[in-house]
Amino acid sequence: MIRAEGLTKDYGSRRAIENLTFEARQGEVVGFLGPNGAGKTTTLRILTGYMPPSFGTAQVAGYDVVDDSLEVRRRVGYLPETVPLYPDMTAFEYLKFMADLRHIPDSDELIDETLEMVGMSERADGYIGKLSKGMRQRIGLAQALLHKPEVLILDEPTIGLDPAQVVEIRNIIRETGKERTVLLSTHILSEAQQLCDRVMIINKGRIVAEDSPKNLEARLVGAERALLRIKGEVEDLVPQLSKIKGIQELKVRPDGALEFQFSPGMDIRPTVAKTVVNAGYELLELSPVGMSLEEIFLELTRDGTSAH
Amino acid sequence: MHNIWTLARREYRHYFISPIAYVVALVIVLTIGIFFVINVYYAGTQGLSSGASAPDISIVIGPLSTVFLLTSPALTMRLLADEQRMGTMELLLTAPIRDWELVVGKWLGALLFSLTLIAITLIFPIVLNQLVTPGIDQGVMMAGYLAIILLVMTFLALGTAVSAIFSNQFAAFFGTLMLLLVFWYLIRLPTYITQVSSIVNFFTYLDLSGRFNNLLTGQVGLSDILYPLSLTAFGLFVASVVVEMRRWQ
Repeated sequence: MIRAEGLTKDYGSRRAIENLTFEARQGEVVGFLGPNGAGKTTTLRILTGYMPPSFGTAQVAGYDVVDDSLEVRRRVGYLPETVPLYPDMTAFEYLKFMADLRHIPDSDELIDETLEMVGMSERADGYIGKLSKGMRQRIGLAQALLHKPEVLILDEPTIGLDPAQVVEIRNIIRETGKERTVLLSTHILSEAQQLCDRVMIINKGRIVAEDSPKNLEARLVGAERALLRIKGEVEDLVPQLSKIKGIQELKVRPDGALEFQFSPGMDIRPTVAKTVVNAGYELLELSPVGMSLEEIFLELTRDGTSAH
Repeated sequence: MHNIWTLARREYRHYFISPIAYVVALVIVLTIGIFFVINVYYAGTQGLSSGASAPDISIVIGPLSTVFLLTSPALTMRLLADEQRMGTMELLLTAPIRDWELVVGKWLGALLFSLTLIAITLIFPIVLNQLVTPGIDQGVMMAGYLAIILLVMTFLALGTAVSAIFSNQFAAFFGTLMLLLVFWYLIRLPTYITQVSSIVNFFTYLDLSGRFNNLLTGQVGLSDILYPLSLTAFGLFVASVVVEMRRWQ
């Protein structure tokens, strides 16, 4: 469980994050989605006890991140953005070192098990310095998973992996998220969409939207949109079209096409087509305009307007 | 203690795969060996005839102090600076260990490696004991080794503090070297230019080499032990504070 209230962090005079309040419950995968420099890493670093916030409080696994930092760190598995590895150690030695620091007795079996989970059993005795980027990422993840932490915090967990590895890592994260709390950051929209039960879109240090990926999409769009293109001046048709029941927000675009909205589940496109033909015009195009999470994201992060 | 030991063990092992450690080891054994042979040879041919006393343990410990003065910075330069550079500091600072445990563990690893090197030099007093009659003074030998161990503890602690400040190894090396030169040579300079006894006493007290030479004579005074120990504690304290401060930056 993670609970943050009014988290603010200043680096000198620059404010990295401002007044972040959020929650992540057990059995939930929550994603921080935002462009580079939005404050994702700063937030995760505060939650893992790496640095204290300038203002605000946060509890992780029931402990305060400043007052009970050690207790928090015992219960958190953390994969930083720059995977922290010692190239001179083998994968096994590295995990053994971490197990010792976490006071795990007789850890050999646990290490084998964790290496198996991330698909690295065969390279257990290989030096980390000789591993590929993707393999290193997996060893880093193994380090975070090793002590079966209550809370897993991952900073860009699939960056630099090939597509097959991405699928594997996502499966591990999803599996872990069933029983524990997972908080991850990403700038990849499809990842947030696929992995997370809940997404927080963060930009310039503020949360600009928060919901399930599905609701976020629906709430932000609110209605379906369509595009109409005819031979001739589309303006002449507007009076007739606006009489159609359910049609909203007709507007002529600069390229001469007409855009309109209608309530989802009430497709008025056949009626529109009939109206066009009956009015004696030739219909060139009548197509849906989707607004992907990508567009929403760009929309939200461009000017920082709140979706609430 | 468990955490300190885990960190020290990793650090100790790391020295054996780094080329710097082998260079340092070679420099120490070679330098001390050459000094030793020259001293013994000199004593055997001219020294005794001119009435000088037989060579004692100081012909090993004396040069050893100079060698450690120059090599300690190389042993400590990467301790914390490297963690900073490689990004593994984030791992250690989010692991369930206290900042001072991290610092002490690192320092202990360097100390254990240095003690290993010092142990190798034990060969020289053993040889010396065979050469001079009626053998060397065991008490003075023990005091000499106590002196060098205290000195190395201090050097490494100061080096750990400097390494915590810099994320660049070279900066850490030269910073440490400078600091060690201050405590080893420069700090007694004021005593040459003033006669005011309180100032002279103060700087004499802070002079690390004076303490070291006191011990080397075999006369173990309490303050000669306490001063390097407190300087060691000070170095480790500063290092811990610097690590802690990095979190708040």
